[in-house]
Amino acid sequence: MDNLLSIICFVPLLAAAILALFLRGDDAASQKNAKWLALIATVVSFLLSLFVLAGFDPGAGFQFVEEGEWILGLNYKMGVDGISVLFVMLTTFLMPLVIISCWQVETRVKEYMIAFLVLETLMLGVFMALDMVLFYLFFEAGLIPMFLIIGIWGGANRIYAAFKFFLYTFLGSVLMLVAMIAMFNDAGTTDIPALLEHEFSFGTFSVLGIQVVGGLQTMLWLAFFASFAVKMPMWPVHTWLPDAHVQAPTAGSVVLAAILLKLGGYGFLRFSLPMFPVASEILAPLVLWLSAIAIVYTSLVALAQTDMKKLIAYSSVAHMGYVTAGIFSANQQGLDGAIFQMISHGFISGALFLCVGVIYDRMHTREIDAYGGLVNRMPAYALIFMLFTMANVGLPGTSGFVGEFLTLMGMFQANTWVAAVATTGVILSAAYALWLYRRVVMGALIKESLKTIQDLTPREKWTFAPLAAMTILLGVYPALVTDRIGPAVADLLTNYDDAVAAADLGHADGTAVAEAH
Amino acid sequence: MSSADFAILAPEILLAVYAMLALLGAVYTRKDGLAPALVWITAILFVLVAAWIGLGGGGTDVAFNGLFIDDAFSRFGKVVVLLSAASILVMSQEYMARRGLLRFEYPVLVTLAAIGMMVMVSAGDLIALYMGLELQSLALYVVAALRRDSVKSTEAGLKYFVLGALSSGLLLYGASLTYGFAGTTLFSGIIEAAGEGTASLGLLFGLVFIAAGLAFKVSAAPFHMWTPDVYEGSPTPITAFFATAPKVAAMGLFARVVHDAFGGVVSDWTQIVALLSVASMFLGAVAAIGQTDIKRLMAYSSINHMGFALMGLASGTAFGVQAMLVYMAIYVTMNVGTFAFILTMEKDGVPVVRIDALNSYASREPTKALAVLVLMFSMAGVPPLVGFFGKFYVLSAAVQADMAWLAVLGVIASAIAAYYYLRIVYYMYFGEPSDALNGGRSPVLWGFLMASAAAMVLGVVNLFGVEGAAALAAQTLVN
Repeated sequence: MDNLLSIICFVPLLAAAILALFLRGDDAASQKNAKWLALIATVVSFLLSLFVLAGFDPGAGFQFVEEGEWILGLNYKMGVDGISVLFVMLTTFLMPLVIISCWQVETRVKEYMIAFLVLETLMLGVFMALDMVLFYLFFEAGLIPMFLIIGIWGGANRIYAAFKFFLYTFLGSVLMLVAMIAMFNDAGTTDIPALLEHEFSFGTFSVLGIQVVGGLQTMLWLAFFASFAVKMPMWPVHTWLPDAHVQAPTAGSVVLAAILLKLGGYGFLRFSLPMFPVASEILAPLVLWLSAIAIVYTSLVALAQTDMKKLIAYSSVAHMGYVTAGIFSANQQGLDGAIFQMISHGFISGALFLCVGVIYDRMHTREIDAYGGLVNRMPAYALIFMLFTMANVGLPGTSGFVGEFLTLMGMFQANTWVAAVATTGVILSAAYALWLYRRVVMGALIKESLKTIQDLTPREKWTFAPLAAMTILLGVYPALVTDRIGPAVADLLTNYDDAVAAADLGHADGTAVAEAH
Repeated sequence: MSSADFAILAPEILLAVYAMLALLGAVYTRKDGLAPALVWITAILFVLVAAWIGLGGGGTDVAFNGLFIDDAFSRFGKVVVLLSAASILVMSQEYMARRGLLRFEYPVLVTLAAIGMMVMVSAGDLIALYMGLELQSLALYVVAALRRDSVKSTEAGLKYFVLGALSSGLLLYGASLTYGFAGTTLFSGIIEAAGEGTASLGLLFGLVFIAAGLAFKVSAAPFHMWTPDVYEGSPTPITAFFATAPKVAAMGLFARVVHDAFGGVVSDWTQIVALLSVASMFLGAVAAIGQTDIKRLMAYSSINHMGFALMGLASGTAFGVQAMLVYMAIYVTMNVGTFAFILTMEKDGVPVVRIDALNSYASREPTKALAVLVLMFSMAGVPPLVGFFGKFYVLSAAVQADMAWLAVLGVIASAIAAYYYLRIVYYMYFGEPSDALNGGRSPVLWGFLMASAAAMVLGVVNLFGVEGAAALAAQTLVN
């Protein structure tokens, strides 16, 4: 099939259009139809994506490429390579679980399903797009369904959170748009493979009297950084995330943590690092230190939370700190680890938000103090929650360990001090995660309201089973991921090292760079 | 003066004759009862003339020794003007009739205004420019005050008239200075007199005054003061008309003057236009935040949009003009849809313009709310909706012309402006339950709203070919 990727990407959108146009009424039957159609569409999308995984050749660069004319000299171009293919898989794998997890929703079910289906199309589009403007289109359009998901189905303070989410990320992204136009202007193309070949100038120039070392590359890098750092989110622009997470409905939180946060990391890997290698090299210390601060600071903040979702949200920020540090370590371990960490965090954080959702559905509170001793009535839940708490901490044998270990190894080679600071984050994460677990699950069941709480239903068990399987599978056999991403990462690094070596940054400041070219 | 000259002017002459006949017929029958029929006939005539102009021959024809130019650029402007005017006429018919505003003068005045606009985009001479501008403006002053017994409407008409007269005065002053220093009123003569590089001081003064006068007409900050009051006071269909066709004509005229008459001294006027652009974008973005009246909000929104359109013009290139034309076409389409929605906002037959009346609108009218949601996100410039491509075009034009700073300021303003578009979505989807709106089930308005929203979504495929026409138009203007 020539347009397999487009089919995978647009099947959910098609289902959404069918729901929007043909489903009438809001009774139980039509709600059920909406859910089933959404589930079928996401499952079909997942099954089709297995063909991509099966036919994927790690060493062959961009594959399954399809191309067509579009307006303004832009192209509709889709394709995957070693860096993106697993994100596509992660998305298609998680979306059916997300749909199942919101089986209990009863308000505006049709619109809810449409929002998630549209969101899936847009997220897949981001990972598949091989045209810069097409990438931007998908990247930015995701804000609309997410804004509605938080605003309509969210918690008490949802409006504040929805606006904050939208405006924060929108402001970040529009600067990236200007940078993209500047790149188009410089390179004469918006084709991502062609841009990867193009060398953007890095001679020092001055803007408003300030000498910009790295010149155009630095300016473009900063504009992209504004967007991806917000999306990631990195400290200190992470503040939208806890609000959005706390107010979003469970399924919204899962998508946000498991997939949407990965868009920023993917952007760094697709644009910042390979297209602006010199700027990345110059600014890497900044990112490494911001990441180290993020890991320690947000872990400490997580310790002080009384709301379970907020705690996990801060823990997500901390884990994304490993990802950014791994990426900008710019070595094989760091990059492998960063991608691995993103994939594994997709499973683990998604599962943790589902864990919170399980007890929230029963008790309608996320306050940690409202729980305690759940193990007495919910043994299966206690086991599942234990597994994912441990995976979040990074226990060997779970996928969380591999990601953290590899990124720390990469960091250590790039900057020992950053690695030292970041490692304390591992201890802190153990502290907040285990303390959360103790307060919620362990101890005696003394709260009157919890005396009748029910254990996991079969539907919930089936939602967790694939996530648990993947977490352990990747934990004991990480080569499943690293074999597929390895050649692409190695290729990226070769180009990166060549570009940095050619720029001859070792000779000190920007004037040397300017003279070299 | 020959018959060939008149042949070039045929569409304008046809419309003028029609306006006279309609006026005579209505006067002699003394019946406003003719008005609904006249509205439809006028709208159909507009569409036919637009098709005639749009599908007619290509090439460039000059009539009356350069006074009047018929080229791809003017044809693009005329088609957009006529189609938007026709849409607004059809949309307004029911609203005006129900409120006793549907007098026969209304379609006649709109026709006269449309002729003025057609002359504006075709003007090749300062005199023709002024004639077109005044014909348009005088007709618009009257329609703004169409609701004679309403204080707000007469106030709007008067304000528009006084400030419009002031701007016409500025423009005339600039025109006379230009004539004094160039020795001719023909654009082709002025461009020779101005030469290449920088213009002489006298011409520069003329240019600045003309630009100020035109900035009034496109309601660019800091010459925007009349816009919110006139938008608020005029009957809603008239507001819709103000927001669409005259803006296109004035932007077309602006482009015509700066490129045809001052095309050699690009660096002199790009800074003026860039300043107008930045001021409009930020004023439109910031001042709209506190508005509670949706018509005032749309006024500031249009100021913001004019800022973006001017950004295309400010780049001073053919691509910039193309971007501006595409932007205007998209802007008009969005505004037609949005005003179709605003016209349906009523409670017990009384028009409602408070934004908070939209509370929980989505639960009562899910389809219409979805269409408005699409339009709002499109206006905010969020992809994949067509409004994004308008912004993408003008930003590209600015960056290509080495004005990246303008593009950066523009996107910051667009992020600020996103807030108030989101606020409308917020009221509709997240608001408290209320029943501040009922009725408003006109199929015509419903059709325009849906068509506009659908265009915003489906246009992502190829922008309906507007790009090619705009490129051709821009190339004939800038060479």
